[in-house]
Amino acid sequence: MSASLSVPAPHLKRGFRWRPVSVLPGFGASFAITLVWLGIIVLGPLAVMLWFTAGMGWEAFLGTITTPRVLMDLWISLRSALYASLANAFFGLLVAWVLTRYEFPGRRFADALVDLPFALPTAVAGIALSTLYAPDGWLGSLLTPFGLQIAFQPAGIVVAMMFISLPFIVRTVQPVIEDLEAEQEEAAHLMGASDLAIFIRISLPAILPALLTGFALAFARCLGEYGSIIFIAGNRPMVSEIVPVLIVQELDQFNYQGATAIGVLMLAVSFLLLLTINLLQAWVRKRHGG
Amino acid sequence: MAISLSRRQALKFSAAAGIAAGTATFAGSPAFADANTLLNVSFDPTAQLYAAYDKLFATHWATKTGTTPTLHYSHGGSGAQARAVIEGLPADVVTLALAYDIDAIAKKGLIAADWQSRLPNNSTPYTSTIVFLVRKGNPKNIKDWGDLIQPGVQIVAPNPKTSGGARWNVLAAWAWAEKNLGGQKAALTYLQKFFANVPVLDSGAHGSTLTFTQRKIGDVLVGWESDAYLSIKEAGNGEFEIIRPSLSILAEPPVALVDKNVAAHGTTAIATEYLTYLYSPEAQDLIGANFYRPSDPAAVAKYASQFPTLDLVTIKDFGGWQKAQPEFFGNGGYLDQAFGASGSSFFGISS
Repeated sequence: MSASLSVPAPHLKRGFRWRPVSVLPGFGASFAITLVWLGIIVLGPLAVMLWFTAGMGWEAFLGTITTPRVLMDLWISLRSALYASLANAFFGLLVAWVLTRYEFPGRRFADALVDLPFALPTAVAGIALSTLYAPDGWLGSLLTPFGLQIAFQPAGIVVAMMFISLPFIVRTVQPVIEDLEAEQEEAAHLMGASDLAIFIRISLPAILPALLTGFALAFARCLGEYGSIIFIAGNRPMVSEIVPVLIVQELDQFNYQGATAIGVLMLAVSFLLLLTINLLQAWVRKRHGG
Repeated sequence: MAISLSRRQALKFSAAAGIAAGTATFAGSPAFADANTLLNVSFDPTAQLYAAYDKLFATHWATKTGTTPTLHYSHGGSGAQARAVIEGLPADVVTLALAYDIDAIAKKGLIAADWQSRLPNNSTPYTSTIVFLVRKGNPKNIKDWGDLIQPGVQIVAPNPKTSGGARWNVLAAWAWAEKNLGGQKAALTYLQKFFANVPVLDSGAHGSTLTFTQRKIGDVLVGWESDAYLSIKEAGNGEFEIIRPSLSILAEPPVALVDKNVAAHGTTAIATEYLTYLYSPEAQDLIGANFYRPSDPAAVAKYASQFPTLDLVTIKDFGGWQKAQPEFFGNGGYLDQAFGASGSSFFGISS
């Protein structure tokens, strides 16, 4: 769904120019529809959020977003999202590699499995995960003897995030791996490169931009996740409470401004991080001549 | 006949009704425009009570007026339900967990400011209290609030920031600690230890009950007496026992007419009767049968063994909700102070 985002047309030059680069007509109309659609679907809700927050004044805003609770919850959210996306960057790449590079019985089935986290209602996923990882659950009971507990601990947040964000990495990386030219790897092999060197110097650079896109999407999805996490996290303030839970709490206490202020903070932080990842991705592509 | 609406469905319904009203193409057909139709927006633990009451009331209304009413209801966390009504859920009556949530609707002008004096007993047709539910045989030997903060005891309780019932919990615990441990500072320490023993903070009383009874987590559930009785009834095999602490709180879940909405829907008559009839001997008996404490003398006598007399504080002892809410549950209040002190590692060490 998103791989195309990361591959702009090669002849598209940057800059402030109004110029259709497609031979197909209809630039004006499609551009206008794009603006209206983005305005209604994306900017509208964001504008309402900013509008609500603007009413509270700078000092009250800063006062709200710098409380220990908000900062700690933000840290918990960011940290968990980072762990989950990093883990999925590795395992997702592996899954994508295996699914595209090898033929094995049940490959189609495994391929379809990857999309399940997209389709499953997050609450269902949360209940299933927490049942599985609860101290007396199937998996949880195996960890208990080692003094480890996943459900109702910060680790539970990471597990839920890993579940819901896996498809983003796999589905972004998969088409790129499919397009990799096996000839290059074969040539390197014939020239005496080790397997590891081939992967790191030939395959990985080609995959890296897509992997970064997948990472960014997964990270963003993790930060925004609510439905499944509330079931497995335990939601203890300062311990296992994520920012969206805090926002809902503020709303339930009729503190709209507080809720939107925290929302704006979350939005700003996410935007900065995503921007950084996108810049990094552009840099990688340039460097490796993608 | 009652039709169940989840909050989300109800919101969708209201959004659709709103659009329809705006375009004036729906005239006459939406259910909410009928004088014999009513939407009761309530909180989680009253689902069984109102399912039963709606049947009783439907018969009563049919006898009285000759028309069978259409009764809709919506259940959810008390605060979230109040917010939904503020944002446009077309409730004719609200029956919530605490007066503070109805006050919030009143502040937006949907309900008259003096709503609580319009019906008997502070507009509270039924009361409850906070008790402990423990597993069979009470293995951790929990007798009173002090036993809850022992190391190794796992408490299941909802989050007071989102659950009305959980706010009654905190106030009851506070009253006990302040009296028995000596003052506010000791009570705050007690609250810290209490929440340090809570492994799962669900967002509502219903979620906590499921965590304790279905998912088998924790040694003790702290919550509504009505919920405790319901859990025992549903398990049906002596799996749980109720423990009553030496001091608890009179939990008063009030009811109110949403003046602006009933005026718009033309449902003042049915909505008023719906609330007033809650105080009738028949309804009071039903209330007792559904594990809420009735006030009607006959029902009180009938269910006396089910509801032993307890030493109870009331919200008045805390200066009313308008004072207690910010003091305990507002940002930086006692609850935040209690939460701020507890911490744990990434992988909690299980005992």
